[in-house]
Amino acid sequence: MALLKRLVLDVLKPHQPNALEFSRKLAAVGHDYHIVLTVIEVDENTETIQLVIEGNDIDFEALQNVITSMSGSLHSIDVVEVHSEPAAE
Amino acid sequence: MRPFRQIKFLLRITQTQDIARRYFVVNGFDGALTMLGIIMGFYISEPANPSVIVNACMGAAIALGVSGVSSAYVSEQAERRRALGELESAMVTDLQDSAHAEAVRWVPLFVALVNGLAPLLISLLIIMPLWLSNAGVVLFISPIYAAIFIAVSLIFLLGVFLGRISNISWLRSGAQTLVIALLTMLLIYLFAGA
Repeated sequence: MALLKRLVLDVLKPHQPNALEFSRKLAAVGHDYHIVLTVIEVDENTETIQLVIEGNDIDFEALQNVITSMSGSLHSIDVVEVHSEPAAE
Repeated sequence: MRPFRQIKFLLRITQTQDIARRYFVVNGFDGALTMLGIIMGFYISEPANPSVIVNACMGAAIALGVSGVSSAYVSEQAERRRALGELESAMVTDLQDSAHAEAVRWVPLFVALVNGLAPLLISLLIIMPLWLSNAGVVLFISPIYAAIFIAVSLIFLLGVFLGRISNISWLRSGAQTLVIALLTMLLIYLFAGA
């Protein structure tokens, strides 16, 4: 079984919800998520952000749903870190 | 609790808290001054049956409430739709499953309720002594004086509220709206009374 441990995403989002609210909602998806949000570029209506998400077993679909629900648009998955776990005896 | 938090979230992301607050004050002020005007009209006229005054005030209060809800809903929904369209163009994506699309449905409704309920509730408070008197409750002062007192007090309180949110002296702001109420009463007395 492979567990998703780390993701780096490139996301376009509106100015609202702001970076703090956006990252808080993403962190609430899992119980041990560590989120780092970096604003890369700011335009008139939107901002491009880089999200670094770390966790023991990241649920990518749930994260994607939260990003969509907050009017964000996932542009690319830039880094993926997956650890394999030995199958239970 | 969750729907309340969700509405707060939607108001925050669409930055419409200020609009709802402004609607509350503007239309609340409208409601209070309208009631004051009608009651002053009855005060300077031949004594009328209390039920006539209550019905006239209720009619105006309901009309203000319906007008507030419908006008704000139509205009605010158009504004929200336009804002969503602009955001979709900027994002180059469909946002129909997003919080901003949800805001198009719920924010106009909330703002419309604020806009309609503010004058309606304020009017009902002002009419209360007249209604109580009409229902047979004995008041310590004339119900028409009590209604005028409540109207003037609520107008002062709306001024205080404005002062608090704009961080200026609440007393000065309250006094300003109080002067407007007294001036309105004077104009009615001078022109309608003549």
